[in-house]
Amino acid sequence: MIELKQVSKWYGAVQVLNDCSAQIHKGEVVVVCGPSGSGKSTLIKTINALEPIQQGEIWVDSIPLHDPKTNLPKLRSRVGMVFQHFELFPHLSVTENLTLAQVKVLGRSLDEAKKHGLEYLERVGLIAHKDKFPGQLSGGQQQRVAIARALSMDPIVMLFDEPTSALDPEMVGEVLDVMVSLAKEGMTMVVVTHEMGFARKVSNRVIFMDVGGRILEDCSRDEFFGNPDARQPRTREFLDKILHH
Amino acid sequence: MNWDWEIFFQDPGGQHTTYLEWLMSAWGWTLSVSLLALLLALLMGFMIGTLRTLPKHPGWVLFGTGWTELFRNIPLLLQIFLWYHVIPALVPPLKELSGFVLVVLALGFFTSARISEQVYSGIRALPKGQFYAAQALGMTTWQSYRYVILPRAGRIILPPLVNEMMSIVKNSSVAFAVSVSELTLFALQVQEETARGVEVYLAVTGLYVVSALAINLLMGQIERRVQIPGLVLPGATGGGH
Ligand SMILES: Nc1ncnc2c1ncn2[C@@H]1O[C@H](COP(=O)(O)OP(=O)(O)OP(=O)(O)O)[C@@H](O)[C@H]1O
Ligand SMILES: [Mg+2]
Repeated sequence: MIELKQVSKWYGAVQVLNDCSAQIHKGEVVVVCGPSGSGKSTLIKTINALEPIQQGEIWVDSIPLHDPKTNLPKLRSRVGMVFQHFELFPHLSVTENLTLAQVKVLGRSLDEAKKHGLEYLERVGLIAHKDKFPGQLSGGQQQRVAIARALSMDPIVMLFDEPTSALDPEMVGEVLDVMVSLAKEGMTMVVVTHEMGFARKVSNRVIFMDVGGRILEDCSRDEFFGNPDARQPRTREFLDKILHH
Repeated sequence: MNWDWEIFFQDPGGQHTTYLEWLMSAWGWTLSVSLLALLLALLMGFMIGTLRTLPKHPGWVLFGTGWTELFRNIPLLLQIFLWYHVIPALVPPLKELSGFVLVVLALGFFTSARISEQVYSGIRALPKGQFYAAQALGMTTWQSYRYVILPRAGRIILPPLVNEMMSIVKNSSVAFAVSVSELTLFALQVQEETARGVEVYLAVTGLYVVSALAINLLMGQIERRVQIPGLVLPGATGGGH
């Protein structure tokens, strides 16, 4: 469903993605990990064209993102994204956050959008907070609203960029629970995270990126965690660091 | 000191029945110039300030920056004279415009440059993730600005915007230079006619102060209205930190 072919990207003279290729199939959950600055956020942002690429091809649901003629807003409305810092719109209530894009982008009626959005709010367990504003919620609650907001658009794939790393430890669980249940329902997901517990539990594949924007490993979860001897030295070093600190 | 406030009830001769009525009419001109210039300044200021932040449009950015620097750095009084004497000579159709319209244009464009600067920095003060989030939901650049970026930037710049509104009333006094019969011109003319400079200037000063206070009160109401619940610092994403 998503295909990256030899994607390269530069910021000025600095190369941040180096010849990255990968495929993500429908229903797959792919975890992307790697050291800070290795280009994980950049990679995931190229999948909905929030960051342009200079070389290579990206196809999402058979639509070429690298083609300047592609209607990017339309494509993005079908790709859900969840950010490290939630990025709810603080001047809008929770309900308005859920309905804004449904109405303005998808052209749904307000009633329809509300009904649909609140179903997802119910799912993430926050229906009681529908009239509050983002600033009145905890970090974990805000992130769950952000997930509901993305799901309200009925996306074909969900992208997560370190969704739990800005959270206090006691709130990480509630967000991961929502993500695990999504994965189990068959949602296609690309998740940048260092939560190896999550990767072990629900991912199909793990991609490891190294500094310089290169994909160093791309293998099944069982291979990634079960066969450490076959991993690159850089991967083993990284895993050692985040698993036993 | 002996006061003579009676003078406001005397007949100046001419189109006004009393000096008081003349004073009120002058206040009306001051407020009209200010209000129209403010509308123009807000419209242009938000437009130009927004253009200057557009990603991937260097042409617009250059235009917006040029506009801002041009109208911000020429003294207002000189701009009034330029509009009155120079520009109509270059663009003949503008000769038809009254001094009132030219002052509104001059004051409006001057203030638009200052507002554009505030809008620009207000937008810049927002975390970049807000724009990403709007785009990721499929909004076009226009929709992202309309529903997310500008409502937030507008709230951030409300306090300096209130200052700008109060300045515009004060700055409208330059209109006397091209004979718009507003408060300052009234003061100059009437103190000459009546030699009651103290009363005349006090009355005019009082009206400027009343106008500024009214703006302040009104904007205070609006500020309270649009306050975002639960948001303490502009740009703070709350929770988790
Ligand atoms: N707008 C930008 N301009 C210039 N360089 C940038 C920009 N955004 C990111 N970079 C650089 O690109 C590289 C990759 O950044 P990216 O944010 O994708 O890394 P990351 O793997 O997500 O890191 P982290 O784990 O810290 O989030 C980094 O070296 C970063 O400094
Ligand atoms: Mg990152």
